[in-house]
Amino acid sequence: MPTLILKRLVMTIPSLIGVVIVTFLLTRALPGDPAAYFAGPAASTEAIEQIRKSLGLDQPLPVQFVDYVQALVRGDLGTSLTTGQPVAAEIAARLPASAELTLLGLLVSMAIAVPLGILAATRPGSMIDHACRIVTTAGVSLPVFFTGLILVYVFYYLLGWAPAPLGRLGIFDSPPPTITGFYLIDSLLAGDGTTFMASLKQLALPALTLGIFALAPIARMTRASMLAVLSSDFVRTARACGLASYTVVVTYAFRNAMLPVITTLGMVFSFLLGANVLVEKVFAWPGIGSFAVEALIASDFAPVQGFVLTMAVLYVALNLAIDLLYGLIDPRARMDA
Amino acid sequence: MKRRDVLKSMTALAAGSMFPAPAIWSEAKAQARNETLLLVSESGPNNLDIHGVGTNRPGYEVAWNCYDRLISHGTKTLENGVASYDRDKYTPELAEDWTVTDTAATFKLRKDATFHDGAPVTAKDVKWSFDRAVTVGGFPTFQMKAGSLEKPEQFVVVDDHTFRVDFIRKDKLTIPDIAVIVPSIFNSELMKKHATEKDPWAMDYAKANTAGGGAYKVAKWTPGTEVIYERNETWKGGPLPKIKRIVWRMVPSAGNRRALIERGDADISFDLPNKDFVELNQAGKVAVVSSPIGNGIQYIGMNVTKPPFDKLEVRQAVAYAIPYQKIMDAVMFGLAKPMFGAPQGAALSTAWPQPHGYVTDLAKAKALLAKAGLPNGFETTLSFDLGFAAVNEPLCVLVQESLAQIGIKATINKVPGSSWRAEMTKKEMPLISNFFSGWLDYPEYFFFWCYHGQNSLFNTMSYQNKEMDALIDAARKAAAEGDTAAYDKDVKGFVGKAFADVPRVPLFQPYLNAAMQKNVSGYRYWFHRQLDYRTLSKA
Repeated sequence: MPTLILKRLVMTIPSLIGVVIVTFLLTRALPGDPAAYFAGPAASTEAIEQIRKSLGLDQPLPVQFVDYVQALVRGDLGTSLTTGQPVAAEIAARLPASAELTLLGLLVSMAIAVPLGILAATRPGSMIDHACRIVTTAGVSLPVFFTGLILVYVFYYLLGWAPAPLGRLGIFDSPPPTITGFYLIDSLLAGDGTTFMASLKQLALPALTLGIFALAPIARMTRASMLAVLSSDFVRTARACGLASYTVVVTYAFRNAMLPVITTLGMVFSFLLGANVLVEKVFAWPGIGSFAVEALIASDFAPVQGFVLTMAVLYVALNLAIDLLYGLIDPRARMDA
Repeated sequence: MKRRDVLKSMTALAAGSMFPAPAIWSEAKAQARNETLLLVSESGPNNLDIHGVGTNRPGYEVAWNCYDRLISHGTKTLENGVASYDRDKYTPELAEDWTVTDTAATFKLRKDATFHDGAPVTAKDVKWSFDRAVTVGGFPTFQMKAGSLEKPEQFVVVDDHTFRVDFIRKDKLTIPDIAVIVPSIFNSELMKKHATEKDPWAMDYAKANTAGGGAYKVAKWTPGTEVIYERNETWKGGPLPKIKRIVWRMVPSAGNRRALIERGDADISFDLPNKDFVELNQAGKVAVVSSPIGNGIQYIGMNVTKPPFDKLEVRQAVAYAIPYQKIMDAVMFGLAKPMFGAPQGAALSTAWPQPHGYVTDLAKAKALLAKAGLPNGFETTLSFDLGFAAVNEPLCVLVQESLAQIGIKATINKVPGSSWRAEMTKKEMPLISNFFSGWLDYPEYFFFWCYHGQNSLFNTMSYQNKEMDALIDAARKAAAEGDTAAYDKDVKGFVGKAFADVPRVPLFQPYLNAAMQKNVSGYRYWFHRQLDYRTLSKA
């Protein structure tokens, strides 16, 4: 196992180098002039030039690149102009917020999609199968910002059940001492029930919004892979031997159908982590996606580069974890790694 | 545990989280709510230092409330009943008294004023702050220059509590410029502690820390998320503010900002879209205020170096083809001051902005185009800044539609916010929709930036005319010397010329909108278009 992990890690190095070069070039190729943007609406040409110099943007590209890589080696991702903070600190503070929301959204989604997919596969063509199709189509065709706004309108504005969409905590709650950065876990570790409930309430609507969006791929994949497994020989044999339907479906069929579902989960997770920017905007969530988009709008190079790099590292880690998980679920997958 | 029990407890948990019990407010929490103001707006500060590189507008708000200036402005009531700063009346802030002569202004500082860390405010701090503003470059230095404040030698420490500004030339804008945000007074001893050889003005420290003595101090700042202020209990620059604690949350979604204010959770929602303002006003649940943005005009600019806009008749034809009223109704929801349709032959006033005489008259526009030798029209591009798409986009579509009727085919060119400035600098765009406003509310200030032949960035039309320059320069000179008759004549002269030559067509003066709960009072409009917390109170 350790040699496998090591091998996989070594293989990721070239792709990370590629990411560093491409993001650097791409951000420089963006239209727009950060110096002019940050000089403000009342600045003259000289003022813009002064700012360009202080940002180091008057240097030729190779020099800028060497500076960037040197800083990167020291663990310095540069400073964001839009928020004025070091990018590494910003990402460290914002990543847990996004990850907590995404994980919870994924849990919500799995809790609905996996049973739905299994039920649909066991009774193809039935009402439940059609219901599954409708739910997944609706989930994927409703844009997240729309679902989010509708949920806010109904549960906050009309019914008043949900708290004000003001981010991770209301204005009178203070965050728990930081251990993991996940408010739910940190508040439990600190034994603070009030904060736990407060942050759970804040999380409910955005997590539901994300969950609805992520339903489709998980439910469809569960259904398809269950269908394939259910029609295979060993299931027929199990049925012929008179095993209970529950044992056949859950113990034998589902375990075998899990591989593609896990793959999809991994993809959906990494995709949601970057793509939940709209949910973050709607719920004023201080996450990593909204941070990156704001930086992109302002041609703020450092956060964009930092964001892409972080995402690349995350993808690599996630893929590694999923590969290892494969081996646990299906011993056959261990061989060809 | 049996499976059934697990399922049961899961259901109970789900029900619990979906139907939370109504929040039970403890006495202490209700008290805290009463002394706390929750403010929501779209974006937050990027830098707490007004002299910082690229400090954005919300950053101005922090500087305004956490630092003091030597002098400030009094209050007056606008025509629409909204309280506003009074351009012509100065009030003491850190200076308790001051005298202005032909060559210098001398300020007597309050003896009891202290910074947030308890250090007394002295003339040394004032000089250090003024020196910093004129030395660091970028926006603060250029703003100081607008009031002829250019060199550190101009700023003199007479004694501990007396500070003098020597004039390098007579300029009416010097005193107004001392009352803007840029010459905020920093705690020089504290700042020097954080200065390094590479960073002599402690720019890094001031970015995230307030080193002033203003009415509020920043207790916590999470960029992009929130700013929390506590009141400075020992503030001497004016009456102690009523609100103890201010929580400013950034809520990017306009719909949610509206839900928050309508549900009564937020106390103030600042800088509302026009549509929300109109609807909130009709619903009547919250108080809404709206004030015209001083010295600010939305306009259609024509680059006179790009044919056929070099021809006067073509520019006039465009001015007669703009659907002014439609723009007012459909784009601004009536929430702007029209800058068109002054009665024919009406006398010009010295006020700025003031309406011009053009109206929508397509027949006249067509005739003018024919006269210019372009009876079949021409093709051009109409550019706007996507950063302000809410107003610009519908406006440009209406203009495009109307121009098509007289044969001018305009293609709309949407420029991303980050490249707008670069495009403006190039001065290549033939036709644009844009907005300009000046902090200092004087016509000659506006014209100096927008119409003068020095061809500044804001003269987006590249308009250069000797007569115009002479009139603007003469008005500045007359203002400095206090020659009212000459000043009036020159102002009317350059306004008339701008309307006759029409390189840019003013459309309207937009409003700044805010919504607040009915128990919130003390709102003031300020030239910097940000909130002043010091006068706010909550019943």
